[in-house]
Amino acid sequence: MPSSFQRYRRLRWMRRISQGFFLLLFFYLLLQTNIDALDSPDEVPEISAPVELFLELDPLVAVSTVIATHSLYRNLFLAVIIIVGTLFLGRFFCGWMCPMGTINQMIASMRSGRLKGRQRLESNRWKSYQNWKYGILAFVLGAALFGSLLIGFLDPIALLTRSMALVVLPAYNVLTHDLYSWSLYADLGPFSILLTPIAWVVHAVLIRAETVVFEQTFLILLIFIGILLANRFITRFWCRGLCPLGALLGVFSKTSILGLEKRASLCTDCNRCAMHCQGGDNPQPGLTWHQTDCHLCMNCVASCPESGIDFTFFPKREETTQKVSLTRRAVLTTAGAGVLTVPLLRAATNPDRTPDPSLVRPPGSLPEREFLSRCIRCGECMNVCPNNALHPTLMQAGAEGIWSPMLMPRIGYCEPTCVLCSQVCPTGAIDELTEEEKNWVPPAGKEETAGPPLRIGTAFYDFGRCLPWAMGKECIVCEEWCPTTPKAIYFEEAEVITREGEYLYLKRPHVDPALCVGCGACTYACPVKGAPAIYVTAVGETRNTKNRILLEQNRGRAAEER
Amino acid sequence: MPYDKISRRDFMERTGKAAGFAAFAVGGAWMLHEPVRRPFDRKDDAPVSRDLRVAGVEDRLMIVRGEDPAKMAAAAITAFGGMSTFVQPGETVVVKPNIGWDRRPEQAANTNPGVVAEVVRQCVEAGAERVVVTDITCNDPKRCFNRSGIAAAAREAGAEVQLPQEARFREVNMGGEMLGRQDVYDIYLEADRFINLPIAKHHGLTRATLGMKNLYGILGGNRSRLHQEIHHSLVDLAAFLRPTLVIVDAWRVLLRNGPQGGSLADVEERKMLLASTEQTAIDACAGELFFDMTPDEMPWLGLAERRGLGTSVWRDIPTEEITV
Repeated sequence: MPSSFQRYRRLRWMRRISQGFFLLLFFYLLLQTNIDALDSPDEVPEISAPVELFLELDPLVAVSTVIATHSLYRNLFLAVIIIVGTLFLGRFFCGWMCPMGTINQMIASMRSGRLKGRQRLESNRWKSYQNWKYGILAFVLGAALFGSLLIGFLDPIALLTRSMALVVLPAYNVLTHDLYSWSLYADLGPFSILLTPIAWVVHAVLIRAETVVFEQTFLILLIFIGILLANRFITRFWCRGLCPLGALLGVFSKTSILGLEKRASLCTDCNRCAMHCQGGDNPQPGLTWHQTDCHLCMNCVASCPESGIDFTFFPKREETTQKVSLTRRAVLTTAGAGVLTVPLLRAATNPDRTPDPSLVRPPGSLPEREFLSRCIRCGECMNVCPNNALHPTLMQAGAEGIWSPMLMPRIGYCEPTCVLCSQVCPTGAIDELTEEEKNWVPPAGKEETAGPPLRIGTAFYDFGRCLPWAMGKECIVCEEWCPTTPKAIYFEEAEVITREGEYLYLKRPHVDPALCVGCGACTYACPVKGAPAIYVTAVGETRNTKNRILLEQNRGRAAEER
Repeated sequence: MPYDKISRRDFMERTGKAAGFAAFAVGGAWMLHEPVRRPFDRKDDAPVSRDLRVAGVEDRLMIVRGEDPAKMAAAAITAFGGMSTFVQPGETVVVKPNIGWDRRPEQAANTNPGVVAEVVRQCVEAGAERVVVTDITCNDPKRCFNRSGIAAAAREAGAEVQLPQEARFREVNMGGEMLGRQDVYDIYLEADRFINLPIAKHHGLTRATLGMKNLYGILGGNRSRLHQEIHHSLVDLAAFLRPTLVIVDAWRVLLRNGPQGGSLADVEERKMLLASTEQTAIDACAGELFFDMTPDEMPWLGLAERRGLGTSVWRDIPTEEITV
């Protein structure tokens, strides 16, 4: 048995270990998207790990935001590591690092979903559908050229982060909390003694966070499951045929100096290499190897008993192509279609022209156009929000803005001193803020000198539902929760006559729009279930000087200090 | 013949299998069938209440002035004969400060951490097995527990600081006039002793939030409905959970923009502390001393008096003024 066989089996194990490591790292960072408990009033809440790392390493995020915004935000330069590696080695990211690729590979190798024999061999042969991904890439980069970042829907890291954070983890939380609740209160007769250790383990080890719920998860889940199930029919169908990041790395891999060398004289045509091929790139001698589709998984060389194929630097390029077999015309047409899609999307009502009243963006969000040129819908902001306040949109931001973040105060309000969403946003769609810049609660002792707060909207009463206004009941919970100083919610004392003809004195609330920051704490706390008696709309938001009611708010700071 | 004959055994086996499953389906439907179900009717739930006062301790009221919140708390407890009056070795004590808001100690929206730490320390010294410090906060609990300084101070003093866990609420029938079934945090149903540690501060609806209003923080669920009949609700809470001891922190008093505050201009340094085993009298005293309110302006006191929960005339019970 040739020594290269042993060497490649070791290399294949290294690849598996690397995949496992990065997959675990991905989940670890996902779970760390949170603040730790602090020890003193002076400590600033911080996230202890670089939780958005995978998105920052993602070359597609970097390249598309550069095209859309002409700048490389914060840590997005880290993608250069992957780009440089790919230029020399090929698509190592897909085979060795990408958590989405690893999950796809795991599903594809499950016994029940595995194709057998000839069928499998046939499914692993290079096919023209593998060019679709380049079309998708050209399309989304074309849209980026027009300043719209549609890549977020299909970028694998954004897609995986979103699916995990908004669907899988919340489901996990429900499961563990139900288990905990059961172990605390169940009555199993003589076996109840077992419940205490179960409760302890569940609480100490399994429970990761409070339960959260999200809008839109059904659609997100359906797409994610579709991608995973496709592996039952074609191994890594997503990676081979659809992934725009794979396509981008495929283009970069054209200059790779590492490649497959085929030795037809040693080959016995056993086809084992092709049976285990992840990329569908034709490793077997006699067919053309597609460098741009190879994930460098090392399965082919590790299964070849004859040394008929070998990975070498500067290989002989027989039976090999480094080209992306798409015509220039096809690429340009698709990119053009991407460019043209953006005005088509913007011809419909959209937040830039006619702001949807319910589209309250997180604090620090850029003006809508710039926001959409950066937001990749990864869901990091929604994952980190301590109050479960941020949710993916459906049509509130137009078709262009699907799954971008919006505040839903009925579920959770914007925590006055919290700026975590702005810190985890990998692309700067939400500008990185400090507590002082957000300035909803000026630092103790500096109330007088603090400037205006960063508003995200304004609250309004529905007097037809408000208890003191419509039902002659005492309430003003909204006033209790209002975080500004002085409170934006104030009340008048009113005399009302009850149904029985008795006089009652009640406190009836009002909003002062000059003081309201739009946090939605009032909506959250409002005891009127169903539609709340106080709701927040985006009007008055700092980021949009046209979306205003009050004249004075346009005059900036001088007006704020009146 | 259109089909082959089957054997008797085969016939028995196949019809038997079908009949078995059929019997199971019919029997199951018979057993589980419920003609009318009323899942929301829970009238038969016995009302629960918890009286955690120590029998045989005479009701007194301590008014403490001084220069250090912790020493003032210590002096008040000493005046009652030490914490061993209230806490026996092996007991579980729950200490409930007000930790409702993401505010620093000097903003006076949460109980002074020095007072909390001193009470915890005394409970530990008295031999309590567990001293739990917890509150159902309004703002993000992590921020409230830490920015208030209470988490660090209580932990250092030996307390088990418990951030509210959503699985730990239990629905119980309080049997009150306003409050029936409510979600109560389970530690209050299990603890042997309960020390209520409110801070005296302004509130838009009741003008002042004192001891009984602090009991709000044992509830989860839709507690904001309580504002509709706030006075009756407070008395129901006070009757449901009768504290071992109440200590009202008035080191700093928030006079406006309560209960959250934020601006130091709304805070007055009063450097006082009240302690009593009688939860109605201490509210009456705190309301008068810090907010200039008569019992008539605090309707919950009259209601509490009528329910036999104490007196709204605080001067009726033995009072000691202490300066440290």
